[in-house]
Amino acid sequence: MENYFEIKNLQVNYRTYEGEKSVLNIERIVLEKGKTFGLVGESGAGKSILAQTILGVLPRPPGVIKGGSIFFNGEDLLLKSEKNMRKIRGKKIAMIFQDPMSTLNPVFTVGTQIVRVIRQNQGVNKKEAIKRAIEKIELVKIPDAEGIMDAYPHELSGGQRQRIIIAMALSCDAELLIADEPTRNLDVTIQAGILKLLSKLQKELHVTVLFIANNLGLVSATCDNLAMLHDGKIIEMGTTNEVLYNPQHPYTRAFIEAMPKDREHDCHLKRIFANSNPKEQFSGCQNVSLCLEKEDKCNLSVPVLKLYSGTHYVACHMA
Amino acid sequence: MRIFIVKRLLLGILVLFGVITVTFVLVRIIPSDPAAQWVGPRATVAQIEAARMELGLNDSVFVQYADFISDLMRGDLGKSIRTHQPVMKELKTFLPATLELVWISTFFGVFIGLYLGVLSAQRKDQWVDHLCRFFSVATVSIPSFWVGLLLQSVFYGHFDILPLGERLSMNVKLFNEIPDITGMLLFDSLITGNTVVFFDALKHLILPGFVMALFPIGLVARMTRSALLEILNEDYIVAARSYGLPERIIMWSYALKNSLGPTATVVTLAIGFTLVNTFLVESIFSWPGIGNYIASAIVSLDYPAIMGVTIFSAVSYVFLNLVADLVIALDPRVRI
Repeated sequence: MENYFEIKNLQVNYRTYEGEKSVLNIERIVLEKGKTFGLVGESGAGKSILAQTILGVLPRPPGVIKGGSIFFNGEDLLLKSEKNMRKIRGKKIAMIFQDPMSTLNPVFTVGTQIVRVIRQNQGVNKKEAIKRAIEKIELVKIPDAEGIMDAYPHELSGGQRQRIIIAMALSCDAELLIADEPTRNLDVTIQAGILKLLSKLQKELHVTVLFIANNLGLVSATCDNLAMLHDGKIIEMGTTNEVLYNPQHPYTRAFIEAMPKDREHDCHLKRIFANSNPKEQFSGCQNVSLCLEKEDKCNLSVPVLKLYSGTHYVACHMA
Repeated sequence: MRIFIVKRLLLGILVLFGVITVTFVLVRIIPSDPAAQWVGPRATVAQIEAARMELGLNDSVFVQYADFISDLMRGDLGKSIRTHQPVMKELKTFLPATLELVWISTFFGVFIGLYLGVLSAQRKDQWVDHLCRFFSVATVSIPSFWVGLLLQSVFYGHFDILPLGERLSMNVKLFNEIPDITGMLLFDSLITGNTVVFFDALKHLILPGFVMALFPIGLVARMTRSALLEILNEDYIVAARSYGLPERIIMWSYALKNSLGPTATVVTLAIGFTLVNTFLVESIFSWPGIGNYIASAIVSLDYPAIMGVTIFSAVSYVFLNLVADLVIALDPRVRI
């Protein structure tokens, strides 16, 4: 059967003063329809670059797409023209951005912005668009939807703004939502509210979600499948249970251990491998200098993603 | 909003007061004898003395200042020493010609400037952008009198398709009734339906208007470009793209409205500069406006006329700044 959404051998480089450096090198990611897929990694691992590449809004230059394909409903998004991509963006794939403070245009009212997105993507008249906008705002549980329509972004709180952004992403009835760290700049109680809302909407509207996060806690609560991204490469991938309870890659283990748990006994944060400097070229495993479980073969070749068990994939010589 | 405007107007009056005082003092420091000018080159000593009494030049500076201010309150700017006409009346004659030139050149300057700015931001580092940037640097740095002379020699001297100067051709002036409602010929002839005068006036306006528009075009284009480039990197622009909005809306609405603040400030500066620029441009094109008027007033140290024009420029600047602030207040984050 054809996969709903599949990334194959995607390679993205960035142009630097020292020449092009690889920032993203993904062998394979598959999203199942109606499920939530978590993409986890530290800052700088390439999560946002992946999201922007999927939508075709990656700034180029400095970004360069070297090769690979992104299949969505059987069509390769990377081969589409800008004009055709615009029909996909918003309409089919919508994105929730990480910073609600800067994602809304400060000089237009919230209503104007949602209405414009709806009119653009659904081709309805203004009156109908306003009606639908109010429905969407009610859907994301903001009281006084009609009043909010006339508010400017700076008049809303962070949580309200993020809800508006979700409403905007939903307002085109997109089937795939990319949530790029949607709770990054919100405090914990509001985070919980937004997450609850997202998973509720996901179930009600049957959308597929690509959930990007750097917090394993968030991912374990919301995602069906999980991929660990490190240095632009998938190092471990499987169902949430497989990855979280039976981690095979040393990096994943370190990442899980780095989560603060019991404050009395565990007051030192565990050290995890940093993302390597993309300027350095090295023939072996990228993590070899910091990995505690390395052997000689780790110096010789780059480990590829291989099946470990069931749906569990790992990219490590030792697994 | 209303309180803000009232506050700014009061502040404006204070500024005007300062400008008037400084100009008043400066004009009197410059060594000259207005009384001698007033009576002409062949006057006797007694006549000059009489004129000095008449003009109140024997009083102390403070008395003269008080007299000037109280006259000003009644709308009386005194009599021109050169022409013996009330300055107010002369301003009314010369002002519309200048305003016509200033408005038209600013209008085109701002819109062409905005368009070029958007164009070059859209095509950053492509040849269109390089051309626009070269053009805007050139317009700001090349003196307008030079451009004026060059255009005259090309379009009048070589091709003979546009007039050399003045507002109307001689035969149009002689054989047509010239409408005088606002004093702005284009507008007046348009509402009276006088097409002959309209097209003749338009023809005369092209070269000086173009020369005056160059500076605002360059300034606005450069400012718009840099403001836009900064804004196009903002998250909300990427977000708008990812929601499928077309580039046209993103550029002309989402980005441009955000860049209006710096642009508005620059536009008012540009209009102010244009007012000063009339000085040169009107001289070159023998345009019977305020620039030509003050040029001859300064040469003959006609201080009531100098004061009159100074007050007019100061009033315009205060007004323009108020307008700029109101435009900036279109941004909802600015509370006034």
